[in-house]
Amino acid sequence: MRRLSWFNATSLSLGFAFLYLPMIILIIYSFNASKLVTVWAGFSTKWYGELFRNEAFLDAAWVTIRVAIMSSTFATILGTMAAYVLVRAGRFYGRTLFSGMIYAPLVMPEVITGLSLLLLFIGIGLDRGVVTIVLAHTTFSMCYVSVVVSSRLVTFDRSLEEAAQDLGCTPMESFRLVTLPIIAPAVLSGWLLAFTLSLDDLVIASFASGPSSTTLPIKIYSAVRLGVSPEINALSTIMIGIVTIGVVTASIMTKRAAVKQMRDEQAAERAGE
Amino acid sequence: MRRFILISVPYAWLLALFLVPFAIVIKISLSDTVIAIPPYAPTLDLAGGWAGIVEFFQGVDFETFEFLTSDDLYWKAYLSSLKIAVIATAITLAVGYPIAYGMTRVAPEWRPTLLMLVILPFWTSFLIRVYAWMGILGQDGLINQALLWLGVIDQPLTILNTPTAVYIGIVYTYLPFMILPIYSALEKLDDSLLEAAEDLGCSRFTAFWLVTWPLSRNGIIAGSFLVFIPTLGEFVIPSLLGGSKTLMIGKVLWEEFFSNRDWPVASAVAVILLLILIIPIILFQRNEQKQREAEG
Repeated sequence: MRRLSWFNATSLSLGFAFLYLPMIILIIYSFNASKLVTVWAGFSTKWYGELFRNEAFLDAAWVTIRVAIMSSTFATILGTMAAYVLVRAGRFYGRTLFSGMIYAPLVMPEVITGLSLLLLFIGIGLDRGVVTIVLAHTTFSMCYVSVVVSSRLVTFDRSLEEAAQDLGCTPMESFRLVTLPIIAPAVLSGWLLAFTLSLDDLVIASFASGPSSTTLPIKIYSAVRLGVSPEINALSTIMIGIVTIGVVTASIMTKRAAVKQMRDEQAAERAGE
Repeated sequence: MRRFILISVPYAWLLALFLVPFAIVIKISLSDTVIAIPPYAPTLDLAGGWAGIVEFFQGVDFETFEFLTSDDLYWKAYLSSLKIAVIATAITLAVGYPIAYGMTRVAPEWRPTLLMLVILPFWTSFLIRVYAWMGILGQDGLINQALLWLGVIDQPLTILNTPTAVYIGIVYTYLPFMILPIYSALEKLDDSLLEAAEDLGCSRFTAFWLVTWPLSRNGIIAGSFLVFIPTLGEFVIPSLLGGSKTLMIGKVLWEEFFSNRDWPVASAVAVILLLILIIPIILFQRNEQKQREAEG
């Protein structure tokens, strides 16, 4: 019998308190009227107002969102291709190097990736800006996408594709009509992962950005290096809120889809009897 | 032809933006620092043809690496990063294991919710999660205020800008990476094995030690590497929580590049960091492969 002993209950509650208290405290203090982070001076939303009047933050947010949308889209295309190559292409010259290059960026320290890309951009004389950040983010997030997509492709029944081709589909058509709908959830979560990684990234973006292309994490980092700031608390609260809504919605949708699938299967079984 | 395009596009991308940049890092690490634009010499001038290449190879040397060994700062930073990464991984394991274990003990219908609660911080900005601790650990932060109010201390403790703060930051941010693999290993565990062990006279503790712990070993190994590898080159945590006293190599590299503008030294620091990381990375890949084979 599995049982929840007092030990399990304690470790779970302490563990989740540890994971969540710092963020909850941050959220509470974002509504503090005082500029001093440590003194509670009543409820106020003035830091949110200040934040939305702060042009520099708004500009940085806009750059960040543009970079994240572009890089996650490119990363999804390249990463899905790479996953397909890893799982389906069989043997080809330089395969080991290819899979090495897919897995290496996942464990590479960001400072090294950032430094090496910057030296490349300088070497070929590419001006640093939005383009270079997009290139950098695409490169490391395509590897994450390809890991997510290839794990779905591995479990995918290949005979479905073969059946489609036997029935007269070209390889491209069978990919579009059969493979893509099946791997779509993995491709979508790959895109979301790439998007989040790009939104989050400080180190690689710092190396790859120029003076005209400050992203939000760079802005946050330079603001908090000297200490806690109530505006950043407000910004953090907004970001935590968006992520929480996104993750909770996604998990409810996955659960619904699973329940629906189970019902469909049961209905199909009954119909078969 | 289609297959060729499919392979060559991502291949070419990774070659150009992953492998070539590394070659450049290695090349610059072998160059010398000069005050010029770019701030290193010799530069490889392919326009110079064969003579240019010969001249380049005559110019490169291991002087930068010799410099790294002669200056205390660098090897101390490597050692201190290793020490911090090892200790932080051990603490994360000690904190994460009971949580992962507890998650497998709750009723199955609650597990997806708990799992989501573990994954949620992973989607939240890393920078913000580190930053959240600045307000808690500071001189007039919440911990000090609480302890002063309780009368436990009469002088505020210095926690922020010490290695302790770095450990807290690492454990906090990397905890999900430890919990998830251990949880997925423990979830597969067949309860009847534990019942059998207890029937055969094991105490609950011995049953845990002889059955549960060894069977969750793969998860422990995977989780430990997932914490250890990125921690070694960590920059954000030591930079925001560690202050000037905490020496970590990721921060040294950053400062060599951005503050000192010493490209060859920054590159050499990166090359050595990578050499140190190769061993744990290979071990990690092997563990993953073994697990995949065991499952497949």
